[in-house]
Amino acid sequence: MITKKINCTVNGRQVSIEVDIRASLLDVLRDSLHLTGVKKGCAVGECGACTVLINGEPYDSCIYLAVWADGQVINTIEGECKEGRLSKVQQAFVDEGAVQCGFCTPGLIMSTTAMLQSGKKFTREEIKAELSGHMCRCTGYQNIIKAAQKALED
Amino acid sequence: MYDIVNYEEAGTVQEAIRLLQANPRARLIAGGSDLLVKIYKGKITDAELVSLRGIIALKDISIEGDGTVRIGACATFSRIAGHPLIRKHVPVLAEAVSRVGGPQIRNIGTIGGNICNGVTSSDSAPTLFALNALLRLEGADGTRVGPIQDFYLGPGKVDLRQAEVLTEILLTKENYQGFGGHYIKFAMREAMDIATLSCAAVCKIVGQNVIADFRLALGVAAPTPMRCLRAEEIARGRVFSEELLLETGRTAVTEVNPRTSWRATREYRLQLVEELSKRAFKQAFVKAGGVLL
Repeated sequence: MITKKINCTVNGRQVSIEVDIRASLLDVLRDSLHLTGVKKGCAVGECGACTVLINGEPYDSCIYLAVWADGQVINTIEGECKEGRLSKVQQAFVDEGAVQCGFCTPGLIMSTTAMLQSGKKFTREEIKAELSGHMCRCTGYQNIIKAAQKALED
Repeated sequence: MYDIVNYEEAGTVQEAIRLLQANPRARLIAGGSDLLVKIYKGKITDAELVSLRGIIALKDISIEGDGTVRIGACATFSRIAGHPLIRKHVPVLAEAVSRVGGPQIRNIGTIGGNICNGVTSSDSAPTLFALNALLRLEGADGTRVGPIQDFYLGPGKVDLRQAEVLTEILLTKENYQGFGGHYIKFAMREAMDIATLSCAAVCKIVGQNVIADFRLALGVAAPTPMRCLRAEEIARGRVFSEELLLETGRTAVTEVNPRTSWRATREYRLQLVEELSKRAFKQAFVKAGGVLL
């Protein structure tokens, strides 16, 4: 087994960890750091369930090698709730009933959070385009888009 | 876990070449959105990787004094789509690469990887073919620059030689300045899909409606991306009209060789070639400043 030491920031915390060169970032987040809010869906970059923010941008962590995380700032769903308070995006998903089975939710919240942090304005069509890398197999898209609209309005 | 037995990071192009020379089994990885999936699916086993991700210079997008737009091979689709130089000089390329996968894929996938993967359904290729893009390849024996058309050898096969790295995509001024361009991706879904057929047209006009230059390129219409040279020839020098569109579309169909796959039949693709060629030509004409009568 070949490993490499990486240093990164995960949810605001400095992490120094020895990672297997074969591992995806998803593997390390789930299995080594126990951040199991990051979901493994398709494992090939099609469903978006494993989406995390790297330097503020959404990435599929399943097709991102763990060694690439060296020096990066990573945010997962676990870092969104602060001192017991849901983030604006999380609250909007609750309010709009945008959660059914919940498997796609962490990824969708991270992508919506990236949109919110960008400070840009998004039309409904633009929201759909920005969230198009996520699949909700419960097909709850209408409420997900409503939740994103709510989170992104002033 | 991916079936990776060795992983090395190159800090410079020269180092990447040396690592490839030292290990003929090694292959390059850029974004990984195609390669890692191939490893996952077992199409590549015991992978030995040389990563280009740490080579900052390969992510660069710039313009030279003579107007040549240079796109580093490791520039991601997101970076290309949002880059002011691309939006200003070759907006059609920004449009085309915005059709790749979804946002997460565009954040990781690179234009060089898209080209070296050699697939006919590449969303960047038709537009790069239409723009007469040049590729810069660096190897142990030096650098060569050649047209993208010559780089595609067959399905999944490109002219990337042993220990060679695709470093840059070059768009020369005479090939983009004054052109209007349009890209159409025809797929079953608006995102996260692979083109059933794709079409890029670029067009330059004189006066209000005379076609000074026209180039038409297609994806999934043949084993590799391709140009429709006869259709282009027919349109050059002509006054734009509905009749010309029909003729161009009909001619394009005679030049292609699509296959039947689970996505679509050959016959369906032939119909798409004719229709999308017309639509892309018309939009390119309008974007070039042409006036529809």
